[in-house]
Amino acid sequence: MSIRERARSTGAQITQGRNTRSAPGSPVSADAGAMRTYRSWIAAGVLLLVLPHVPGLDSNFGRSLLSQMGIAAVFALSYSLLLGQTGLLSFGHAVYFGLGAYAAIHLMRAINGGLPLPLPLVPLAGAAGGLAVGLLFGAVTTRRAGVVFTLISLGVGELVFAAMRMLQGFSGGEEGVTANRSRGPHLFGLDFASQLQVYYLIVFWALVAAALMHFFIRTPVGRMCNAVRDNPERAEFIGYSAQRVRFTVFAAAAMFAGLAGGLHAVNYEIVAAEAVGAARSGAVLLMVCIGGASHFVGAILGAITITWLQVSLSDYTAAWQLYLGLFFMAIVLFAPGGLAGLVMMHAPLLRRAAFPDLLRAYAVASMPAVAMLAGAVMLLEINYRLSTQPEAGTRITLLRVSLDAATPWPWLAAALLLVGGFLAFRRTWPGVAAAWQRATGEASAGGAR
Amino acid sequence: MNKRTLQLGCLAAAALAFAAPAPAVIKVAYIDPLSGGAASAGINAQKHMAFLIDRVNAAGGLNGEKLELLSFDNKVSPQESLIVLKKALDEGARYVFQGNGSAVAHAITEAVAKHNERNPGKEVLYFNYAAIDPALTNEKCNFWHFRFDADVDMKMQALTNVIARDPKIKRVYLINQDYSFGKAVAAAAQKMLAEKRSDIKVVGDELHPLQKVQDFSPYVAKIKASGADTVITGNWSNDMLLLIKAAKDAGLKVGWYTYYGGALGTPSAIGRDGVGSVIQVSEWHNNVSPELDAVAASFRKRYPDKDDEFSYYRLMTAFDLFAAAAAKARSNDPVKVARALEGLKITTTVGEVEMRADNHQVLQPMYVSVMADNVKYDVEKTGFGFRTIARIDGKDAALPTTCRMQRPG
Amino acid sequence: MLELVTFSLLNGVVYGLLLFMLSSGLTLIWSMMGVLNFAHASMFMLGAYFSYQLGLAIGFWPALVIAPLLVGAVGAAIERYGLRHVHRQGHVGEILFTFGLAYLIAELVIMVWGRNPIENRVPATIDFPAFALFGTRYPFYKVLMMAISVGMFVFLYLAFKRTRVGLVIQAALTHPQMVSALGHDVPRVFVLVFAAGSALAALAGVIGGFALLTEPNMAAALGPIVFVVVVVGGLGSIPGALVASMLIGIIQTFAVALDHSLLDLLRVLGIPLARTSPFYEVCAIKIAQAAPIIPYLLLVLMLILRPKGLMGTRET
Repeated sequence: MSIRERARSTGAQITQGRNTRSAPGSPVSADAGAMRTYRSWIAAGVLLLVLPHVPGLDSNFGRSLLSQMGIAAVFALSYSLLLGQTGLLSFGHAVYFGLGAYAAIHLMRAINGGLPLPLPLVPLAGAAGGLAVGLLFGAVTTRRAGVVFTLISLGVGELVFAAMRMLQGFSGGEEGVTANRSRGPHLFGLDFASQLQVYYLIVFWALVAAALMHFFIRTPVGRMCNAVRDNPERAEFIGYSAQRVRFTVFAAAAMFAGLAGGLHAVNYEIVAAEAVGAARSGAVLLMVCIGGASHFVGAILGAITITWLQVSLSDYTAAWQLYLGLFFMAIVLFAPGGLAGLVMMHAPLLRRAAFPDLLRAYAVASMPAVAMLAGAVMLLEINYRLSTQPEAGTRITLLRVSLDAATPWPWLAAALLLVGGFLAFRRTWPGVAAAWQRATGEASAGGAR
Repeated sequence: MNKRTLQLGCLAAAALAFAAPAPAVIKVAYIDPLSGGAASAGINAQKHMAFLIDRVNAAGGLNGEKLELLSFDNKVSPQESLIVLKKALDEGARYVFQGNGSAVAHAITEAVAKHNERNPGKEVLYFNYAAIDPALTNEKCNFWHFRFDADVDMKMQALTNVIARDPKIKRVYLINQDYSFGKAVAAAAQKMLAEKRSDIKVVGDELHPLQKVQDFSPYVAKIKASGADTVITGNWSNDMLLLIKAAKDAGLKVGWYTYYGGALGTPSAIGRDGVGSVIQVSEWHNNVSPELDAVAASFRKRYPDKDDEFSYYRLMTAFDLFAAAAAKARSNDPVKVARALEGLKITTTVGEVEMRADNHQVLQPMYVSVMADNVKYDVEKTGFGFRTIARIDGKDAALPTTCRMQRPG
Repeated sequence: MLELVTFSLLNGVVYGLLLFMLSSGLTLIWSMMGVLNFAHASMFMLGAYFSYQLGLAIGFWPALVIAPLLVGAVGAAIERYGLRHVHRQGHVGEILFTFGLAYLIAELVIMVWGRNPIENRVPATIDFPAFALFGTRYPFYKVLMMAISVGMFVFLYLAFKRTRVGLVIQAALTHPQMVSALGHDVPRVFVLVFAAGSALAALAGVIGGFALLTEPNMAAALGPIVFVVVVVGGLGSIPGALVASMLIGIIQTFAVALDHSLLDLLRVLGIPLARTSPFYEVCAIKIAQAAPIIPYLLLVLMLILRPKGLMGTRET
């Protein structure tokens, strides 16, 4: 066996030995698996090409939203390389995103000033910037894993953020650096003035980045990342330097984060100090956790969900950040595998005969759950309105129903829904558990996959 | 690919919410912080916007069309502002109001210029009511931006005139936030003090990180050690509050020459110690003219919370100018309104107001006032209010400009 | 000059003691349970808000006692019903839980008390100058803060050295698995420690709420610094936390008074640096401007060079 094959199988052994959730594709009929993968990628590509022309999304805002989601997806994928594949929790990943963005925007300014470089190549400058900084900081920050790594990333993030605010020449301080993406050599007549053209540029680079990262996970280094995550001692025992593996994946993640930053610079034409800030690091953490850290698709799912929530939920309710926090807590407590994990849990059960039973059990359980949530939402909304907008009075309209919060009725109704819903919901848990047993029991009785 | 379909369905559902047809209203977008450290300023101004728009609508609107307010939270972030700007534009807003944070103003003015260049026929105007970095009407001026507040240099001119007249002031300490606005204040102070009173010594020029410092007592100790008798600061929101709190704790006795010392909790924080020592420069305060008492009173009736007092008189002037321009242009189209606004002169309760054609800076009367305890109206229910010590006419406030305005053809 | 030094020292000591009050609880929680508690500063915030609300109803001195107890109960509930379930997910799960909790608590505070800073005035009973030095007043509530902080240190010290529970906790600080193997009810001790840590943070919040602004952002503003203190002081060491917080408090306060920069140093060494040089801007940064980031510099350096901290007994 060559070293590469040995590494691949060793990584797989170590990973499977720990029985983790993200068992990589098992060595079964590689050809069928590859065909399925290619089909998925092509389908995704076609979907992305068509999406901005779908009515409802073909407005400027709709396309901006899709562009934002694309950038967030690349950023989240780079973060899941660290968290999901290697188990490194970083609170300062935005540093690489932001510094890549700065590199790109400075290149754009140079192009505005006469440098004959077409715009589609600018994100590469972002990737290069991210990689350079990742190599620089990674050398010292990846010496240790675990909590020490997390804290160092926090400290580095704060330092870089403060530095960006102070170094006006490079970062423009609070105001940031601006550039014009339409002023420069136009290749094939593309001036990137319209959001549609920017969207397609983002889709192109996002697909390239996603494909590269997908490939990276399946290389020996990628497999060793999983091994280092699950059992660093054993990996070292076999002869791999855990620190070097961490450093490699860190640099790769920084590079892709920088690429996302470059796309960000092209999309917004401005980069300010908050591109490296703690809020952005926190946002990508939220995305990857909610989407599911250990699945490739989880990061994408999380990015799309969180971006949509951030942009659109604020239209419906002023308490949207509260809901986001509750959603995050629910995922951490009850579904640590994220949304992708939930879906993946059900994927092998799709074709089983007991699956409709499971769906029925879910439907029965969802009714009291909805009641409980409705009660909670009512309480939260009323409270939020009363405390943040006291001058608007006590009349509140929720879902077109007008309530007066000064009377006890809305409070009683909400409390009743909440408590009653919760008790009824609890009653349905044994039913769901039984249906789940039946569905999974039949799956294992049905023979090997 | 069930997941993808589900996501697509969600996206479509969300996007359909924006597909509603719009009746004939003029949508005005308000982009300012409604959460985070500067929220108190943004929320207060938002209430003014709602109040003033209702006032305009009650008088018949602009050329028969009513105004509608759309509010967006930008968390004082330039990037977030651009995101919500796109949202605002997509919802049909043609006029954008913003004020808190010169950094945001720089981002918006550039974004609006780019949008207008790339989307002829869908132009948007940017009305800046509080971001006073001078660059916005000098080297970074553009046709679509109009500023309704005196800039840093104009306000410093007023303050230093008052300082120059006071022979007791000998040692001045400058403390400001470390970003474009704070640096502009410091630079203007140094320049104008040197011109008007060369005997005054500037004993300190401090820049502290914006909205990061929790404990200002080290800075207060430094001010004390320098022997300053006067402090000039452009600090606003939490930075002003915390500085004043620390100064009060230490019993620091100096004259405070401020841009924002009369608002947002500062008078409450300093209390009696501020009487005779806190000085602010503004376009109005509630003891300036009895004719506006009715407006202030009806605002207070609508928003009885102690934190909400009528203070953004310049927003009222902005809407007066806006209405006059729309009437003069006989149209609500932004390009026509912009052309009508240039050089427009109106008379308001406090005097003559002019929108300069050369750099889109408003010229309105300015008042330098001091905190006092024997005035008719107090601020924030503290029992202390402000009393005018100097008034500068609109046209006397004008300063030379380096703006080279590019007008649309 | 002497005045500046004296006041800088005094302010630095006060700030450092405030940091100690905040970080003593976190040292306990982290050392014993290995949980990097991001919600610790939120307990501080809750202490400030609870004491404000209670103070309106029952006065300052009762609120000073009751608010920390309430927050301690909240902490116990968090441990019992929340954190316990994420222990099995490992450190990452625990950190994520407390991170989400911090976010959630800030939002709940906004929901109840609004976004603006609240009028948390120093109560009349302690609002007077304690003494005057060089003509500058020093407020009494800051002296009270110092007294409470020192008292906290003495209490913790005595509790650890003299009581049985304290001995168990001390042992668990350095060898948690062994203590469990010896048969002590470690989960119950965990709840106690978490509650006590939260109560200590809340006590810091009661007084800190006057010195700083009481607003929903206060946890996020102070949170990172507390981690710095605990890391620099070292895990498992309360005296370490005291030393680290004093160090950081004094350094940060004195740094503000220093207007020198690298440029001055270069000038002294005889190396002129042109304004157009790319390093000019970095070297022109005054120490005063950089003062708020000095703690993070210390954090990163300490973690790279000596992860055990100054007086720590173990690494993680």
